[in-house]
Amino acid sequence: MLNLLLSRLATAIPSIVGVVVVTFMLTRLLPGDPAAYFAGLAASPQAIAEIRAKLGLDKSLPEQFVGYIGDLLHGNLGNSLSTGQPVVVEIATRLPASAELTLFALIVAVAIAIPLGVLAAVKQGTWIDHTCRIVTTAGVSLPVFFTGLLFAYVFYYLLQWAPAPTGRLDVFLSPPTHITGFYLIDSALTGNLETLWGALRQLALPAISMAIFSLAPLARMTRGSMLAVLGSDFIRTARASGLSPRTVIFTYAFRNAVLPVITTLGMVFSFLLGANVLVETVFAWPGIGLYAVNALITSDYAPVQGFVLTMAILYVALNLTIDFVYGLVDPRVRLDS
Amino acid sequence: MSTVPALAVEDLSVEFRTRSGIVKVLEHVGFSVDKGETVALVGESGSGKSVTAFAVMGILDAAGKVTSGRAMFGGADLLALGERDLAEQRGRELSMIFQNPRTALNPIRRVGLQIADVLVRHGGATRNDAPQAAIEMLKKVRIPDPERRAEAYPFELSGGMCQRIMIAIALACRPALLIADEPTTGLDVTTQAVIMDLIGELAGEAGMATIFITHDLALAAEYCDRIVVMHAGHIVEAAPGRDLFTHPRHPYSAKLLAATPGETVSLENMASIPGGLPDLRRSDLPACRYSDRCERRLGQCAQPLPQRTVGERRVVACWNPL
Ligand SMILES: Nc1ncnc2c1ncn2[C@@H]1O[C@H](COP(=O)(O)OP(=O)(O)O)[C@@H](O)[C@H]1O
Ligand code: SF4
Ligand SMILES: [Mg+2]
Repeated sequence: MLNLLLSRLATAIPSIVGVVVVTFMLTRLLPGDPAAYFAGLAASPQAIAEIRAKLGLDKSLPEQFVGYIGDLLHGNLGNSLSTGQPVVVEIATRLPASAELTLFALIVAVAIAIPLGVLAAVKQGTWIDHTCRIVTTAGVSLPVFFTGLLFAYVFYYLLQWAPAPTGRLDVFLSPPTHITGFYLIDSALTGNLETLWGALRQLALPAISMAIFSLAPLARMTRGSMLAVLGSDFIRTARASGLSPRTVIFTYAFRNAVLPVITTLGMVFSFLLGANVLVETVFAWPGIGLYAVNALITSDYAPVQGFVLTMAILYVALNLTIDFVYGLVDPRVRLDS
Repeated sequence: MSTVPALAVEDLSVEFRTRSGIVKVLEHVGFSVDKGETVALVGESGSGKSVTAFAVMGILDAAGKVTSGRAMFGGADLLALGERDLAEQRGRELSMIFQNPRTALNPIRRVGLQIADVLVRHGGATRNDAPQAAIEMLKKVRIPDPERRAEAYPFELSGGMCQRIMIAIALACRPALLIADEPTTGLDVTTQAVIMDLIGELAGEAGMATIFITHDLALAAEYCDRIVVMHAGHIVEAAPGRDLFTHPRHPYSAKLLAATPGETVSLENMASIPGGLPDLRRSDLPACRYSDRCERRLGQCAQPLPQRTVGERRVVACWNPL
């Protein structure tokens, strides 16, 4: 198992290196001159040149690249031009916001999709199966940003059920004491129910927009995988042995059927990492996605690079976790390696 | 000689709903097995042997439906029992082992646990005692190093070992009836003999009734007291093994026998019988489903088949038997 993870980690190293190179190149090739941007509209050519020299942008690309790698190895992602803060610090403070949103969406999606898929397979052809089909079809045909905008329009603007889509917490509430950085967890831990409720209300619309989209592939895969497993020989053996329906469905069928669902979960999760950028923009959610979008608009290289690199690392970590969980469930993977 | 049979199947008919319509897979199937007796159910592939077993066990696919018949077992009709009552009996009173032992076991559950599950389900052991009881079962089916093997997963074991595990699962609760559906198909010849001997021995010890499903007439003759021959969902002949072997009465049995070279040589392929099984989806199926392939057909063969008793414990469903 450990060998398996180490070998997966080794194969991930080239992709990380690739990401480092590509982000470096991309941000240098994107249109826009940050020196001119920060010098202001009325700046003289000398002033722009000075700023360029200060930023190290007057050096040749290879020189800049070597400097960039050296900084990376020291855990330095540079400073944001707009705020002057170190990018590492800014990303670290904003990451919990994105993580809370994504994980909450994913948990909601899993909590609905898996029971729905299992029921649809066990009661094939009944109303629950049809519900499952409708949900999965609707889910894939609604892009996340569209659902997000629609929700904000309907539930905030028209119905006024939801709070304004302006971040993690109403301005009149103060954030909970920082423990994990997840507002729901921190406010629950400190017993701050008002903040917990406020945070939940803010989280609901963006999280549900993301959850609806993730629901579809998860429910579809759960249903299909359950159906395939329920038709397999060893389920017939289990039934022929008189095992109770509960044992047959959960202990025997579901544990086998969950394997491809774990893989799908990984895919959905990495997709959600990307979808964050759109959802955070729609709901003014102060996560790393919104941070990257703002930085991109102002040609602020360092945060964009930091964002892409963070995503790449999250992606690798995610896939390692998926491999690990898969290995826990399936001895064939665990013992073969 | 009038013992109560362990299992008596009467007039069993099964239909399957398929895309191309209703298929009458079994029609008026009847046979019985006495306590301690081993009966072979033989017929070429697709003749309905597995469906017969699944119907008796109550584990037909959702598309399959029993349209008539009874399966008397221990004083009750298995076909009339509710799923809950039937599940109580399965694995405890009547058990089944399958072809393809590798896929018949849960691939991600330790084999010892799979045996334990059945024991716990039927009160053969508590959760705490079950692992030890499972190891005892492994010893009984002569698996070397049972303590270690109990911790193995099916993919770590050979096909023969997996079939022993299946046997251990099936016999864990000492059932009165065992149905073995082609238990040795796909195993090499040496393992085949070992598995057959093991089943025979354990069944003998327990005085169990056994239905041995096979397409191998030679194997059936070697291990079974009686042979029931099936063709396209009909039972065409039932006879003591030796009698059937020396003097088959149904034209199909005779052809089967001719396609089986010797008692000890097994022949997988029985396609040397002219023609194939009739298409069961046909609406104009003849009364005798063998008539299209039969060389002894008479005019009256179009009438509903007779059940002719020809000697002790011998029945043949044919208008013009040999
Ligand atoms: N689930 C099913 N749906 C439709 N037809 C089936 C199904 N299962 C079995 N059959 C049909 O029943 C017939 C007998 O099958 P089976 O009992 O498996 O044969 P055997 O075990 O003798 O080889 C075959 O013609 C097969 O096509
Ligand atoms: S009933 Fe007639 S057609 Fe059928 S097997 Fe006997 S002789 Fe042949
Ligand atoms: Mg079969």
